[in-house]
Amino acid sequence: MHRFANPQRFLSIARPLTPWLVGLGILLVLAGGYAGLFITPPDARQGDSARILYVHVPAAWLGMAGWGSISIAALMQLVWRHPLAGLAARAAAMPGALFTAICLATGSIWGRPTWGTWWEWDGRLTSMLVLLFLYLGFIAFTNMDGDKGAISRPAAIYALVGAVNLPIINRSVVWWNSLHQPSSITIGKSAIAPELLWPLGLTFLGFSMLFAAIVLMRMRRFLADARNNARLRRMATEF
Amino acid sequence: MKPKQQRLILAGLAIIAIIGAGLLASVAMRQQAAYFYSPSEARAAHIAPGTAARLGGMVERGSVRRNADGVTIDFMLTDGRATVPVRYQGIVPDLFGEGQGAVADGHFDASGRFVADRILAKHDENYMPPQMGQMPVDNGGDTLVNDGATREGQN
Repeated sequence: MHRFANPQRFLSIARPLTPWLVGLGILLVLAGGYAGLFITPPDARQGDSARILYVHVPAAWLGMAGWGSISIAALMQLVWRHPLAGLAARAAAMPGALFTAICLATGSIWGRPTWGTWWEWDGRLTSMLVLLFLYLGFIAFTNMDGDKGAISRPAAIYALVGAVNLPIINRSVVWWNSLHQPSSITIGKSAIAPELLWPLGLTFLGFSMLFAAIVLMRMRRFLADARNNARLRRMATEF
Repeated sequence: MKPKQQRLILAGLAIIAIIGAGLLASVAMRQQAAYFYSPSEARAAHIAPGTAARLGGMVERGSVRRNADGVTIDFMLTDGRATVPVRYQGIVPDLFGEGQGAVADGHFDASGRFVADRILAKHDENYMPPQMGQMPVDNGGDTLVNDGATREGQN
């Protein structure tokens, strides 16, 4: 992992990778979105409202995967003092919060025609909302750290503690009676018929690539900021 | 021992402790965090008549009766072990139907019937195209809701 500790080496990989991720990501999302809206049949009971799953499911995955990566990055900073880990955690917070919000919004829009309610304080919905608040707290936390590459130790500990919410989100529909349905896709099998399932693969991959691209772009921006500030400081002392 | 290893062990122990605490809390909240009582849980909990409660289960096939006034419906909610009669006055969600999940918000009356102020439909994890939906999930003949086929016909 420390092979990428050198910002120059990281940039030499991140720079050419970003346009590929952006291009392919947009292409896959558009293809999956088109297929999900116009090619797949409607669901037998929900009709057309089921089509929102092609956005909702990737958004839920990225909201959770975003916090997973933040807590792994926090661990890497705490234990191995990896110089880019703090940057990565900071970079993943904004898109993570964004996708969590998209997940909550699409779920609410789907819930109205399906369940008959925009919002209920059910275990899955509540734990997902808590995840959004965790993100907002983390963003506020790291904004206080200034332009240093690393995040502060309390922010890193906060990221690790917040990871407790991830298994709770995942298990909320199993542990507690909930309005939200249990997982449709578990390891090795899917309760979504193949005709309805395949565009999900496209949007899932596409949104994930866009997420990765956003993280890389934000990391590059932070590195550029840090370099700029260092240069300004140097110039200020020279005069 | 190198400081790196010390930090790793410390972080590992802290993570195990945090996850353990989270799990314990979740298990302890099993009842409080549940969104609804199943009929058998409601029976075991002896909820006093008039107390606000939420009841969830399957709408028993053949149990939905629409009363003469046109807005009151009676049906049975079941979880396979216990069955509770429910009365509701109002419009049910589109996905409400026999053999499907539903959640009722309301209270028990003195006779043991659940009087709902609000009905929510539950959707399960299965997604399938309309023609397939007819075969395995037959809605039990006369349902209150449109199934996919009639909905398509209306479009």
